[in-house]
Amino acid sequence: MVVDVSYISKEHSAGAQQAASGVTGILAVQGAFAEHAAMLDQLGAEWKLLRAAEDFDNSIDRVILPGGESTTQGKLLRSTGLFDPIAKHISAGKPVLGTCAGMILLAQRLDNDPNVYFGALDATVRRNAYGRQLGSFTATEDINVFDADGSHAAVITDFPLVFIRGPFVVDVGERAQVMCRTNGNVVALQQGKMLATAFHPEITEDTRFHEFFLSL
Amino acid sequence: METTRNELNKNLAQMLKGGVIMDVTTPEQARIAEDAGACAVMALERIPADIRAAGGVSRMSDPAMIRGIQEAVSIPVMAKVRIGHIAEARILQAIEIDYIDESEVLSPADDVYHIDKRQFDVPFVCGAKNLGEALRRIEEGASMIRTKGEPGTGDVIQAVRHMRTMNRQIRELVSLRDDEVYEAAKQLAVPYELAKFVHDNGRLPVVNFAAGGVATPADAALMMELGAEGVFVGSGIFKSGDPAKRAAAIVQATANWQDADLLARLSANLGEAMVGINEDEIETIMAARGE
Repeated sequence: MVVDVSYISKEHSAGAQQAASGVTGILAVQGAFAEHAAMLDQLGAEWKLLRAAEDFDNSIDRVILPGGESTTQGKLLRSTGLFDPIAKHISAGKPVLGTCAGMILLAQRLDNDPNVYFGALDATVRRNAYGRQLGSFTATEDINVFDADGSHAAVITDFPLVFIRGPFVVDVGERAQVMCRTNGNVVALQQGKMLATAFHPEITEDTRFHEFFLSL
Repeated sequence: METTRNELNKNLAQMLKGGVIMDVTTPEQARIAEDAGACAVMALERIPADIRAAGGVSRMSDPAMIRGIQEAVSIPVMAKVRIGHIAEARILQAIEIDYIDESEVLSPADDVYHIDKRQFDVPFVCGAKNLGEALRRIEEGASMIRTKGEPGTGDVIQAVRHMRTMNRQIRELVSLRDDEVYEAAKQLAVPYELAKFVHDNGRLPVVNFAAGGVATPADAALMMELGAEGVFVGSGIFKSGDPAKRAAAIVQATANWQDADLLARLSANLGEAMVGINEDEIETIMAARGE
């Protein structure tokens, strides 16, 4: 489902400009960032798009790295100057959600690409792990969510998973916990307040994953 | 094509948004495009400017050449088939292309019928110069639309005209009373359900890119200003003096199209732009192919 037409020009939620804190910054250099914005509006959360380094102000206490092309986003992260403030946010242990390309940007290791971007997620991720567009698919699985101390907190049941030329995780390090597997492959990880999914919760109608992210 | 597949194909177009899709003719060019930040490449044997110069019949590219480009890059690879050429489309599906462009840039194979794109699992993008064309292609199964513009000219006027026309027609449709949409659908020669979607939502039901004549960072920013969700650049990059630099500049201009200071920096010292042909100097109007 395409995103509402208003999001072609919408740069922030109604209250984000006035907010001193509690704003989610959505990386908006390329990809499906508007879909995350629409999801946050449904949940009544304040957000603003991050297009340039100066957009990353003190009001931002969580970050979303959307789907798109990781090579494109990785290059623009550097040229816009957004890389450093986001890297600092992640290393401070603040909440971050990466979907698809976002998972690749977060990973410490990629097994088929020499690039490493934020290098924060203790895992090895394989880009385009399901092949080309003909390999894109949907599935439904339960998702495990964890408390700050790493103990199992709850299950998001029967969550719709949409994979678009998606990655999967080939090796999970000690610090990351498996949130979800499908067809035997790990497709979502939690590491403290960092969430990374190979699928796209933002293009479904189901808001539960974003609700969990906002609760971190 | 099952509903899920059609939806997944529309989703891939969503992931390309805000990006630049570049025409490339060799694996070397594909790597330059990927390094510059292209979100996808269009593999073809000759870029539109050369097709225009060479004349003659222009067809789907050699699958071996397309495979070479698929192996060279990790981003999605698109390729073109002639309008109505079902067999060329089946060949591209067989080599697992990520997107097929049923394109007016090539010589049309059929002057009446487009491909029934619903019979395929791979996604299709099609050109349109107005709302009626766009919705007819979507009804046939296209999961992404681009303006036609006038390929291979380096002249942005037709892309502008087509984007403005489409968006004006969308606004007109939105302004109608509900009971007037039936007649509007008839006038546009499109199914009522699609006209109703546009009336209710104020946009196409798929992602809409600009294409045809984009040659500079400013051209890309102009198309984004006019409501494009991303940009195709054909001849504009590899017909210019410094392709790598120009490609990177167009990528960043598309991402940060509102930032005039940045656009000024990006537009500086880019070297020679493609020479270009004005629309009234050209003999073949590619945009007129396939309505």
